[in-house]
Amino acid sequence: MTEKHHIIPVWFFVGVLFLVYGIIIFFSGLAEWSHPPATVLAELHAPVWWGALLTVLGAGYCWLFRPGRT
Amino acid sequence: MMPALALLVTDRLVQLSAVDIAIVVIYFVLVLGIGFYLKRFAKTSEDFFLAGREMTAWVAGLAFVSANLGSLELLGWAGNAYQYGIMAAHWYWIGAIPAMVFLGIVMMPFYYISKTHSVPGYLKLRYGPEASGLSAITFAFMTILMSGVNMYAMAVVMEVVLGWNLHFSIIVSSLTVGVYVAAGGLFSAIFNEVLQFFLIWFGALLIPILGLIETGGWRGMVARIHQNFPGQDFTHLWGPMNSAANNPMGVQWVAIVFGLGASVSMGYWTTDFLVVQRVLSAKDVRSAKLAPIIGSFFKMAVPLIVILPGLLGRAVLPFHLVPANQLQPGQFKYDDVLPLMLARYCGPGLMGLGITALVAGFMAGMAGNVSAFATVWTYDIYRPYLRKDAPDAHYVSMGRWCTIIGLIVSIGTAYLVTRSKSMMDYVQALFGFFIAPLFGTVVMGMLWKRVTRMAGFLGLLAGVVSSVTIFIMMKLDPHWVSVFCFSPLAQPLAQAMWQALWSTLTCVAVTVLVTLITKPRPDAELVGLVYSLTDVPHEEYTNVLHRPVFWAVVSLALFAILQIIFW
Repeated sequence: MTEKHHIIPVWFFVGVLFLVYGIIIFFSGLAEWSHPPATVLAELHAPVWWGALLTVLGAGYCWLFRPGRT
Repeated sequence: MMPALALLVTDRLVQLSAVDIAIVVIYFVLVLGIGFYLKRFAKTSEDFFLAGREMTAWVAGLAFVSANLGSLELLGWAGNAYQYGIMAAHWYWIGAIPAMVFLGIVMMPFYYISKTHSVPGYLKLRYGPEASGLSAITFAFMTILMSGVNMYAMAVVMEVVLGWNLHFSIIVSSLTVGVYVAAGGLFSAIFNEVLQFFLIWFGALLIPILGLIETGGWRGMVARIHQNFPGQDFTHLWGPMNSAANNPMGVQWVAIVFGLGASVSMGYWTTDFLVVQRVLSAKDVRSAKLAPIIGSFFKMAVPLIVILPGLLGRAVLPFHLVPANQLQPGQFKYDDVLPLMLARYCGPGLMGLGITALVAGFMAGMAGNVSAFATVWTYDIYRPYLRKDAPDAHYVSMGRWCTIIGLIVSIGTAYLVTRSKSMMDYVQALFGFFIAPLFGTVVMGMLWKRVTRMAGFLGLLAGVVSSVTIFIMMKLDPHWVSVFCFSPLAQPLAQAMWQALWSTLTCVAVTVLVTLITKPRPDAELVGLVYSLTDVPHEEYTNVLHRPVFWAVVSLALFAILQIIFW
């Protein structure tokens, strides 16, 4: 991201945050699979697929913008 | 930390689980860690106040749009969408896109080439210290008040939504913001804004997705709204605006096009230093031109996560929300629609993500305000008027102290607002007094070389005074609403548009009149500051996709298509 300073790109931090959040949300979705919360459309198990999406995006950002690569 | 948090919880709109609290805590740990990491890079004043002027167009563009995507805006505009319908999207489309493109293509080269650190800095170069001083002092004062209002608003939302203690929210958020902004300056603020941008999108996007699944798509949602609120039009942008009587905002298209699109929006997006500072951090002129244009695409999409949840609230909530001043026990106000929709669809984990997005939005708003305050205070007030020739390290140190002092003043403001709730409305109104006329002053100075030093100052002053006067007259006697807004039905949002339009016209008229009777500055002094006297460096483009103007045209075309679709 920078030329003068060799700062870790902000995208890497975005990746770390999404990866951690994705894993937490994915597994919390799995844990409540058989007794979903009392929310509307709970039967769609949104935390599972949303958590999986965040995990994939986060892992991708971490890989693409890892320190030392750019 | 978690047991301590649990003890602070009382009554609440939503219930956080341990997973949700862990998600919030992880965010705090990460932003503090980033702040400490970035401290080593913020050594010179250019590093601290302008992030080293080395941000890419994408980072500057996301920070630019994110600085205006705070939680106060999210909650408020979702509430406005519930109240006024899709017309609230005007503030994201005609109220932003043309101005962002104008900033990128016309104004940014001047800000960038003049190597100014701030908008008051440009005014000083173009007009001298009078207009610059007026702009700097009012901006610094307003910014710090807004930071306090933001802090108070966050604490109230956390109290209502989560049951968190008001003092706890104020102290924890201000300490966190103080630490990471004082450490990394604009680097930290921008990094946090980019994080916040992603958090808000991924924290809120599930609401429209699940909402549209529940209603059976857009058509299903519209049918449900018509069923719940027969005879009212909440789903058309321009159709109901041929008369103030035909829409819930009491506004005509003239006020939206000229008041919002040509005055408020142009003023905010091109001269409010809080947002312009993000673009000034770009690494070169091309990036500075491209950043607001990149931002315009994301801005165009924001109604998906703000306006659509408000409309969905009309369609699916089993009760009606009410204005804040008519709230009875057991009822919810318009601004509660986003948390209510979040609670409707999001269970443990996703709820934590949504709440973290709100917290991040509030903190980024505070960080934006204090970093802009520190820059304007140090560069436009302290250095020219108090200590001219100090070493660079002294100004960096002043910036760090300003951040801390700014936050302490903000905390004081937040507590003042807790004592007098109406003060919050007045502080927000005060901010609006300066924005529209400032655009008139800046843009006339850029485009017309004849405008004189005194004309710039008096035009700005006249614009501000007329804005304040019109506001007070309409508040004291509603009869004046009919006079200034051409309709007694004009709601506060519509009144603000007309007020901005009149103040801009006053500013321009006074500037022209004073210019014609005063002596202009020699051309040689205006090189690099005025359009006709400045050679914008020629840029080499390998192909059309590299040209900012190409993307500007694409952005405007998409904007036009959206108007037609939702007409």
